[in-house]
Amino acid sequence: MSKPLTIGLIGNPNAGKSSIFNHLTGLNQKVGNFPGVTVDKKEGFTHSFEGSKCKLIDLPGTYSIYPRSLDEQVVFETLSCPKLAPDLGVIVLDASNLKRNLLLCTQIIDLGLPLVVVLTMTDLAEKRGMEIDVPQLAKELGVPVLKVNGRTGHGLEELKKFFDRPPKQRSRSMYAVSELAGDFIEEVKGEFSISNDYLAYQYGQQRFAIPNLTERCKEKICAIKKATNFKSEKFQAKETVARYRLISEIIKRSVKQKVIEKKVSATEKLDKIFTHKFGGYLIFFGLLFLIFQAIYEWSSVPMDMIDESFASLSAWLLQVLPSGPLARLIAEGIVPGLGGIVIFVPQIAILFVCISLLEESGYMARVVFMMDKIMRKFGLNGRSIVPLISSAACAIPAVMAARGIENHKDRLTTIMVAPLVSCSARLPVYAILIALVVPDKAWLGFNLQGIALLGLYLLGFFSALVAALVFSKVLKSGQRSFLVMELPHYRMPRWRNVMVTVFEKSKTFVLEAGKVIMAISVILWALASYGPGDVMEKAEETVSRQVDNAGLSQADFDHKVSAYKLENSYAGRFGKAIEPAIAPLGYDWKIGIAIVSSFAAREVFVGTMATIYSIGSDAGEGTILDRMRAEKNPKTGGPMYTTAVAFSLLIFYVFAMQCMSTLAIVYRETKSWKWPVIQLFYMSGMAYAFAFAVYQWLS
Amino acid sequence: MRTAADLKRGETAVIHGFSDDSLSLKLLEMGCLPGEFIKLQFTAPLGDPVAVEVSDYQLSLRKDEASVIIIE
Repeated sequence: MSKPLTIGLIGNPNAGKSSIFNHLTGLNQKVGNFPGVTVDKKEGFTHSFEGSKCKLIDLPGTYSIYPRSLDEQVVFETLSCPKLAPDLGVIVLDASNLKRNLLLCTQIIDLGLPLVVVLTMTDLAEKRGMEIDVPQLAKELGVPVLKVNGRTGHGLEELKKFFDRPPKQRSRSMYAVSELAGDFIEEVKGEFSISNDYLAYQYGQQRFAIPNLTERCKEKICAIKKATNFKSEKFQAKETVARYRLISEIIKRSVKQKVIEKKVSATEKLDKIFTHKFGGYLIFFGLLFLIFQAIYEWSSVPMDMIDESFASLSAWLLQVLPSGPLARLIAEGIVPGLGGIVIFVPQIAILFVCISLLEESGYMARVVFMMDKIMRKFGLNGRSIVPLISSAACAIPAVMAARGIENHKDRLTTIMVAPLVSCSARLPVYAILIALVVPDKAWLGFNLQGIALLGLYLLGFFSALVAALVFSKVLKSGQRSFLVMELPHYRMPRWRNVMVTVFEKSKTFVLEAGKVIMAISVILWALASYGPGDVMEKAEETVSRQVDNAGLSQADFDHKVSAYKLENSYAGRFGKAIEPAIAPLGYDWKIGIAIVSSFAAREVFVGTMATIYSIGSDAGEGTILDRMRAEKNPKTGGPMYTTAVAFSLLIFYVFAMQCMSTLAIVYRETKSWKWPVIQLFYMSGMAYAFAFAVYQWLS
Repeated sequence: MRTAADLKRGETAVIHGFSDDSLSLKLLEMGCLPGEFIKLQFTAPLGDPVAVEVSDYQLSLRKDEASVIIIE
């Protein structure tokens, strides 16, 4: 079978690219990385009209071929390299915003790829009185043009016909760039054996973005630039103005603008409300509040169900499997560990639904707009709000989303503080500790536990702002920060897009986090079940020697034996070793084990608790929460998890940097170990100090 | 010399040029072209950034950036 045709989707942000991608690929997509960089590369498979397989690549949205951010750079890199370039480009144009969308379109056409143009949002364009003559537009552009409805997918069958027979590329460039830099282009074409004028010209404009160019080639280009008097900025400005002149001509000939009575559009009306002086912020914080209530209220039923079914699965497995180390590994190590992952899914899904709704509807751009001035006071940028809010789901996509920030210093500051915003991995830790000490009662109609949760999130968010202020004072910047940003129309979110995003993100989370949690659960189970020498085998003997057997029932005796075993296992010894360091925070060695294992990933906490307490007590009975509630403090005889201990732990988890994956991604994004190391120490230092303060204050 | 930062709410003007070369590249790409109309639609609650209509769509800019756009 021959190699499948590769198709690249190209377009402005908000032009409806992802709707088309989702329509064509359904759930048959995967998110990978572009070579060398960590920009999300969405790929999927679809079929042509006649049924042959095609590979679809969704390129990041960009306004022009000249990149402003690392995300946008990928577009030019992919299209300029013969090895990476797709066989066919599909340019998605927002018909209601044709003028600005055509800039990128004419640039891509001039790169000389075989292309099809897809017009979306034609209904909106018609509402605004634009009558687009599609055949005329196709004639002007020299490439096929199709109307596609991004909501229904109507028109995609026509597009698929081009996947069987890709059109020829336009023979002549739209804008003759040779009138700017004819000599340069001729020399570069000869030197690097390129046939396309515009590509040769781009060697002068963005030599750093061209893949596989050696230092010598770059020097060569510099020399040619100097010899031919190539002026990058001046040429770029001239080119842009000339292209827009061309575009105006094209639009004049192919679009009829009917005079319609200028009504106040829905977007204008909504902006009056959403960006209102006071109302705007009120609505924003109200929405955040609702999101957290939803996470808490709607997820409790499925979470309880998951928790209980895993607990009873463990108990059942212990009964049916032939007893031995393997049965215990499965029932006490793997199953509780798995349960610790699956239990997240309802909350993560709700959070992702909310975030993607905010983005899909166009509201997120208004949040950036409203928050810019405030964020600048803290040394950030309005755009930092998107990573900071997505960090509430997971710091990893958040750190990656910081790529959208053009200014280097703003971006670095955002990356450094984003993990302070409480991510969904902290959620189960919060959930279980809040459930232990905060009553499940209503206060003024709101759930008290939900309010406590919101409080923790706000604490994380505000400490991120304060940390940003400190970083912005310390870090140096040579670059100017700016915010030139489109405010897209408000639109009804497309449920299909929301659902695909939620499904993809939850799947990635379960698989990626799942691997770590499973491995750690198994290791931990082994460390907690085995000890040095023959201390485990002799446990019963030792315990009966220590206690007076007479007054003790069999169950109490067994309990003492298993407690003794845990205490003397490898994990127990390790926990005991660090106990002096964490005792001032109110923790015992069992919590110590959980904290240390959570340095791999926070969500391990709950799984660790499950493993420790199922080994330490009568295995398989009751949920994790019940076991933690029953845990006694050997010194006081009261419950282990007092308000002081629980809050000290909560505060510790708000601040501590306990996620290897985040540190790894920060390394990849900043290309230096310096930043993740600083992050690890400053966050964990804050965690220790504040947890200490809280425990001393409450106890 | 008036700039887009001096526009009043609802006021429309014609773009004449730019006073900053490197920023002008971004603004040109986003459709702020000499000869185009620019209309101040509304400002953010704290007075900065501003939202303008240009080339038939809505764009937000900081006041600093708007002050680079010279209007007639």
